[in-house]
Amino acid sequence: MNKRFFTYIPDPVLLVLLMLLMGYGLVVLYSAGGMVLVERQAVRIALGLSALYFITQIRPERFEQFTPIIYVGSIMLLVAVFFFGISVKGAQRWLDLGISIQPSELCKISLPMMVAWIFRHTALPPNWKYLLAAAVAIGIGAGLIYKQPDLGTSILVSASGIFVIFLAGISWKFILGGLVMGALSLPVLWQFLHEYQRQRVLMFLNPEADPLNYGWNIIQSKIAIGSGGFWGKGWTEGSQTQLDFLPEHSTDFILSVLSEEFGFFGVLVLFFLYTLIILRCFFIAQQAKTTYNRLLCGALTLIFFVYITINAGMISGVLPVVGVPLPLVSYGGTSVLTLLASFGIITSVHSHKKLIQQ
Amino acid sequence: MGRVLKQPFQEKKLFTERIIVSLIAVLVTFTLLLGRYFYLQVLQHDKYAAEADQNRIKYSRINPTRGLIYDRNGLLLAENITTYRLEVIPEQAKNLSKKLLALKNLIGIDDEAISEINEQLKYNPVFKPLTIKPKLTEQEVSQFVVQKHQFPGFEIKPYLIRKYLYPIELSHLIGYVGKISEAEYDRQDHSIYAKDDYFGKTGLEKYYEHQLHGIPGQLVTEINAQGKQLSETINTPPVNGTHLDLTIDMQLQKAAYRAFGEETGAAIAVNPNTGEILAMVSKPGYDTNEFINGISQTNYNELANSTEKPLFDRSIKGGYEPGSTIKPYIALAGLYHQLITPESTMFSNGYFQIPNQARRYHDWKQGGHGQVDLINSLAESVNVFFYDLAYRLGIDNIHDFLKPFKFGQLTNIDVAGEKQGILPSRTWKQANRDMIWFPGETVITGIGQGYFVITPVQMAQALSILASKGQINPLHLVKKEHTTSALPFAIQPHHWQVVHDGLTAVINAPNGTARAIKEDDYLIAGKSGTSQVFGKSEEDIYKKNEELPKHLRNHALFIAFAPIEQPEIAVVVVAEHGASGTKAAAPIAKSIITAFMQEHPTLTATNNE
Repeated sequence: MNKRFFTYIPDPVLLVLLMLLMGYGLVVLYSAGGMVLVERQAVRIALGLSALYFITQIRPERFEQFTPIIYVGSIMLLVAVFFFGISVKGAQRWLDLGISIQPSELCKISLPMMVAWIFRHTALPPNWKYLLAAAVAIGIGAGLIYKQPDLGTSILVSASGIFVIFLAGISWKFILGGLVMGALSLPVLWQFLHEYQRQRVLMFLNPEADPLNYGWNIIQSKIAIGSGGFWGKGWTEGSQTQLDFLPEHSTDFILSVLSEEFGFFGVLVLFFLYTLIILRCFFIAQQAKTTYNRLLCGALTLIFFVYITINAGMISGVLPVVGVPLPLVSYGGTSVLTLLASFGIITSVHSHKKLIQQ
Repeated sequence: MGRVLKQPFQEKKLFTERIIVSLIAVLVTFTLLLGRYFYLQVLQHDKYAAEADQNRIKYSRINPTRGLIYDRNGLLLAENITTYRLEVIPEQAKNLSKKLLALKNLIGIDDEAISEINEQLKYNPVFKPLTIKPKLTEQEVSQFVVQKHQFPGFEIKPYLIRKYLYPIELSHLIGYVGKISEAEYDRQDHSIYAKDDYFGKTGLEKYYEHQLHGIPGQLVTEINAQGKQLSETINTPPVNGTHLDLTIDMQLQKAAYRAFGEETGAAIAVNPNTGEILAMVSKPGYDTNEFINGISQTNYNELANSTEKPLFDRSIKGGYEPGSTIKPYIALAGLYHQLITPESTMFSNGYFQIPNQARRYHDWKQGGHGQVDLINSLAESVNVFFYDLAYRLGIDNIHDFLKPFKFGQLTNIDVAGEKQGILPSRTWKQANRDMIWFPGETVITGIGQGYFVITPVQMAQALSILASKGQINPLHLVKKEHTTSALPFAIQPHHWQVVHDGLTAVINAPNGTARAIKEDDYLIAGKSGTSQVFGKSEEDIYKKNEELPKHLRNHALFIAFAPIEQPEIAVVVVAEHGASGTKAAAPIAKSIITAFMQEHPTLTATNNE
């Protein structure tokens, strides 16, 4: 049994692509924050890769089996944050294991798992009863995170659940209806935003109005990107980065550093890697044998795609400033760990697909 | 629930279709995003390249200078002085850990500090300066400067640091500043506070933090394309913190601290006509200057574990029974409720009994005081008189009468950390002890014992109301327009007078308990009290205070005001474990009043006629 447990090699294609991407990220990180940050990030990547490796050893049926427990567990952690968060300063830092992990991060995986679990045995597209159950599962998770309050994560977490519903084959009429409803509810949503969130949206629409704070960040980021040109200014040669004009170089704005120093060519390489990873994951999802595996792999991939889009859009001034890191490139432990864990689920599905046929 | 049968092939087809749609969405989105980057990096490149080239303006903060603190006569109590700290920018330093060891002898940092620096280095961004030692002596500065070429990346930086000129005498009152904590920073306006600011941690520094801090200005630095600084201009100048003018008289404060000698405790002197606090001491004090850049663990432990509890601010946090110092207020309550008159007398035979109960409540004098009136009851501190009066008043009347005097209430004095204490009542006991009130508890309330927990500042507020015959002048430490209000009940002038007369007799009558501190030049009124210390063993209870170890002796209390015709100073003294109010606390009160009178000779002159 123990021997078998360590015999599943994660999908080499995906693994190589992920390592290329993270290696590329470390090169940029060196320029943004120096060797100390690179060393620390390398340790986190190593941790994340071992997590990926171990998760690969677990049969996907086990995830399926334990999904309700994982989901209820993460909801309980959210509730705990909700109750203790008032008295304990820093409600977000729930689990401090050297790297702080927020329960809301856990939801980014456990929520799509739960929705996929709800749909696991029913005929697809699911009927309204299953859709209602899925909506409740999404609503509880997203609602609790919204109350923290963390609107951005709440929207992303609901998106991860909604992607499962989309992949489950729900009719296009519903999707169109949902989109129209969403557009119409924007003014209502505006009422629920906190003052600082409205500020950020307004700044996004008119960054020049606030050249010292959020607007300043975006202006400086655009200058960094634009001045990079096609080939870039060269590694560690970016004046915006090195002279400290660019905010938060190593975390949310690391793509600005990449754009400045490696130019449009560097951006093309990055997106090429991202596209290949997404393609490979979609392929694994399509090959998967059970409904649960398919839906989960597909949704996790789509969420990965959404992160890339939000971050790349934000720093180039086409989306409002929301604190979303660039997946597997930005400096930071939590995001790397959750992402590699979710890739672990995907590689597990890939490694165990043959056994299911037997 | 009837389950619809799955149709695997159809479902797989449906899923594949969705994956293809998703893939198209990904490709379209990425193409649009790349289009945006292409637009910025290729089409608009010239524009942004020019902007980056011209990007030479950086904004930084100019720290405001913290407001100074003066005493009532303009004497400087807290200032800011220039100090030097050693910083390092980790990415510019070579062989950092070796260099740190080399610094050990040069500027005197110990292993504990080095391991702490190594810990901080893990979390410090490499381009951000990290403080190696916050406070360098002149000698250390010159020693380092000579060797500086060996330490690239290390820099000596001047900065302003708080300095307290009377740290021991004013340690609790002024308090101290320290580096702002993460939790404190989170709650502040980030346009005003920076992460390395100083922040008031205790006392006035905490209470008046926002006035003292000031508003930072903005510095505009122009740099060239290589990052070299070309010019510096002040965009907006900082608004320095406001100075605080205290009501404290530093001479009196020092005298009060000195008056304690070896004793520990608290003393507060106020002007009853204005509520201005002239002196407020909690002894022992400690050196607040040590706390500004973080005190070493050894020194802190020494302070924190000291049996004398120097860190504890007794003046606003110390809770004591008022003991016999409550008697003048009980007398006033009796007069107000017409249970006694200024002329009432009673016979003290040595003990009081509640009708139909066996327990005896004793006088402090064996055999009693004989026939006594109100004035003599105060002068001799006759317990039986007040047992009887309290019993007849009842706990509700006592509670309602004492409350506006601020016993067991926050006085809202302008310093951080005041504790509320306890004014006993039926409701309090029900809520906190879950028991009904017993009549015997009313009896001992009459001599200030039982559930009372009263702070010295509350006693001072009450005494100020008593001395000014009913004016409520809220106590304060920073000069301001004072507001006077009246008690919610009107007490007749001759009632105030008889209580004043009784307190005058305490010191000036031949039978007064505190006749030892009688003054010839002017008349002082006062009252002693004893605050019981609990935790004695069975056998210790019957010992005399002098036979007990110091920490089990009772606390000594004394309240006093002078001159009696028009009181200008009211003093509350708590001498911890002083055993006897008249022996331990009264002399301290006396020397505070003497110091005050020597400063204001005109006050004594009127009485010499």
